[in-house]
Formats: sequence, structure tokens, C-alpha cells
Amino acid sequence: MWRPLLLFVALCAAGTRGLYFHIGETEKRCFIEEIPDETMVIGNYRTQMWDKQKEAFLPSTPGLGMHVEVKDPDGKVVLSRQYGSEGRFTFTSHTPGEHQICLHSNSTRMALFAGGKLRVHLDIQVGEHANNYPEIAAKDKLTELQLRARQLLDQVEQIQKEQDYQRYREERFRLTSESTNQRVLWWSIAQTVILILTGIWQMRHLKSFFEAKKLV
Amino acid sequence: MPRPGFAPRWAAAAGRWGRRLLALLLLLLAPGPGGASEITFELPDNAKQCFYEDIVQGTKCTLEFQVITGGHYDVDCRLEDPDGKVLYKEMKKQYDSFTFTASKNGTYKFCFSNEFSTFTHKTVYFDFQVGEDPPLFPSENRVSALTQMESACVSIHEALKSVIDYQTHFRLREAQGRSRAEDLNTRVAYWSVGEALILLVVSIGQVFLLKSFFSDKRTTTTRVGS
Repeated sequence: MWRPLLLFVALCAAGTRGLYFHIGETEKRCFIEEIPDETMVIGNYRTQMWDKQKEAFLPSTPGLGMHVEVKDPDGKVVLSRQYGSEGRFTFTSHTPGEHQICLHSNSTRMALFAGGKLRVHLDIQVGEHANNYPEIAAKDKLTELQLRARQLLDQVEQIQKEQDYQRYREERFRLTSESTNQRVLWWSIAQTVILILTGIWQMRHLKSFFEAKKLV
Repeated sequence: MPRPGFAPRWAAAAGRWGRRLLALLLLLLAPGPGGASEITFELPDNAKQCFYEDIVQGTKCTLEFQVITGGHYDVDCRLEDPDGKVLYKEMKKQYDSFTFTASKNGTYKFCFSNEFSTFTHKTVYFDFQVGEDPPLFPSENRVSALTQMESACVSIHEALKSVIDYQTHFRLREAQGRSRAEDLNTRVAYWSVGEALILLVVSIGQVFLLKSFFSDKRTTTTRVGS
């Protein structure tokens, strides 16, 4: 009865963030966030290195770095920084669309790392989820009700931004469909015209050929 | 009122019960490391990617995934409990949602596999919800009742959360549709140009081939008409 409780408390105390995955030495993992503009994204990560002797993951490894690169929908680099074994990166989008967050480790301790793997705990919060409400309450000295109202306002703002983005995407989709429509129309007409013209040319050419050969 | 002789035993008993009460209180007040992880990632062809999470027994979890772009928009998904027992396994699914309650403590693992595909890489979105979202006030005393205003706020918050959730799903479906439309657009362009060229080449080729059948066998050169 005690062991699961202790494990649970230890987990909370260690600040283990939920999800984690394994990454190879020079492997690059990319994540996509499709977000409207003026949206804040906060990413928290924590890395652990596999220790071959102990056959376990070390709780924390100093000297282990992770390079974080964020690209906006146009491919321009928004953030490109090296962080330690545990880090937090933040960026705000200025254009709506698919932002790409790439992580790769550039560990200099190749000897220890050889054949090993790295465990990365990752947590990405977007928009309203990125807000730290207890901090906001303390900073602006809000009562409980005011804080709840603030949270609802943030949520509604996020919904509005998403809907604006939806309108922009729908316009792109419509342009693509109309372009396809135009292309199908014009190329079908062009192909029919080519077909008719080559048919006429074929007949005339062969006729003059056979007349020259005195077959007709 | 305990007699002096009994004091140490009573104190020991009180100490034991105090610890149990503290444990119970911790279990009730401190929420599990709950929350949701929403991640969109790219799965290359012939690849498999796994994610792990440590879950406490009794937590209700939901895994929802959707394939956004790539090939036939399907992926294999597999969810295993700490003992390796497969809780959920589906092959070539486009979208699914699976809810389960963690039967034991430990590391749960879920994997997405694109190993059946030879050259299309897929973009997969998943949302893994573990337990409840952390409360707004960490030091909130849950024993006290919420006022009417506060309960109204809570219900509006829940409703807005589901609105945001629907918006996300709508955005993913729209992204899927848009990716198909853009594929169609480029394919129409290339195939139209290709077909027009083939048409020209075949028509002209036919004529010259036909003329070569009627060429004079006696002469070495074929007379090419004007």
C-alpha cells in the first residue's frame, strides 16, 4: 500500500512531466503545431541519458544539450537555440499556419552515448493552456472569481483566433479548388483541340502521301 | 483521557493514524500528474514511433489519434500496459478514440507504425488525456462548496473546452481535405501536360510509322513526304 503511494509522491516531487519518448544520438525529432497568429507556445523538456552500466536512466545529466529549432509556416527560422539538459522554450507566432519544432541533441560525450539512447520528456502548451493562472492571480491580485473570468476570456479569445484562422484556411482551400477547376477546364479544351488538329493533319498528310505514291 | 502509562502507546498509535490520514489527504487533495498532451508529428515511411507515460493506478485515460496527411491517411496504433499486455491494437486506422482506466501503476506505451508503407510518410496527431486537468487553484480546498457564480464559471469552462476540442477536430479534417485538394491540383497539372505531349508524339509517330510501311522496298532510302 505504501510503495505505490511513495512512487506517486516521488513522481510528483521529481516533477516528471507526462509524456516521454526515446531519441537516438544524432536523431532529429520534429513536431508540428498548427496555430493561429499571435499565439504563444511554451515547451518544456527534460532529458535523461541511458547508463549502460546501471541499465537505467540517470535522473539528470549535466553537460547534455538539446538544440531547439522552430520554423514558421514560410520556412523562416523563428527560434534556434541550444539549451541544457532541461529547458523551456517559448515563441509567439506572427503568421498563422504550421510551425515546426525540431529537437536534436548535440552531446559532446559521444563515448558515453555510443549505442545509447536519450529519454526526452516533452510538454508543449499552446495558447490558453500556456498561461500560468496562479502567477497571473498573484501579479494582478485577482480574486478567485476574477481569475475564473480571466480564464474564460482567454479561452474565448483562443476560439476567436482559431475561427479567424479557419476563415483564412478556407480561403486557401477555395483558391486551390478553383485553380484545379480552371486547370481541368482549360487543359481538357486544349487536349480536345490538339486531338482534332492532329487528326486533320494526319489525314491530309497521308492523303498527299498516298496521292504521291499513286495508290489513290 | 489517557493515563500517563499509556501515553507512549497512544502516541505511537496516533502517529500511525496521523501518517495514514496524511497519506489519505495527499491522495485526495493532490491531483495526479494529470493533463493532456497533444502532439502532431511526422512519421516517416517504414518507421515506428513510441511514446511512454507513467500512469497511476485508477486514472482514467483517453488516447485519440488522427492521421492528417500522407498516402491513404491510415496508421497502425498499439497501446500496451506496463506488463506488455496489449490494451488496444488497430491496423490501418484513420481516426480512433480509446478510453481506459489504468489497472496498475507503471509505464504505459503507445506506438504508431507506418511500416506497411513503402514511400509515403504520414503526419499523425494524437491527444493523450491522463486524469483530470490540473485545477485552477493548486491550494484549493475542495471540501468547500462553490458559489453559484463559480459553478457557472466551471460549467462555461467545460463547455468552452469542448468547443476548442471540436475546433481542433474540424481543423484536422479541414487540413486533410486541403492536403488532398492540393495533391489533386498538382497531379492534374502534371498529367494534363504529360497527356498533351503523349498525344502529340503518338499522332506524329503513327503517321511516320504508317508511311514507313508503304516505303519502296527497292530503294534504300525511304521517301519522306512533304
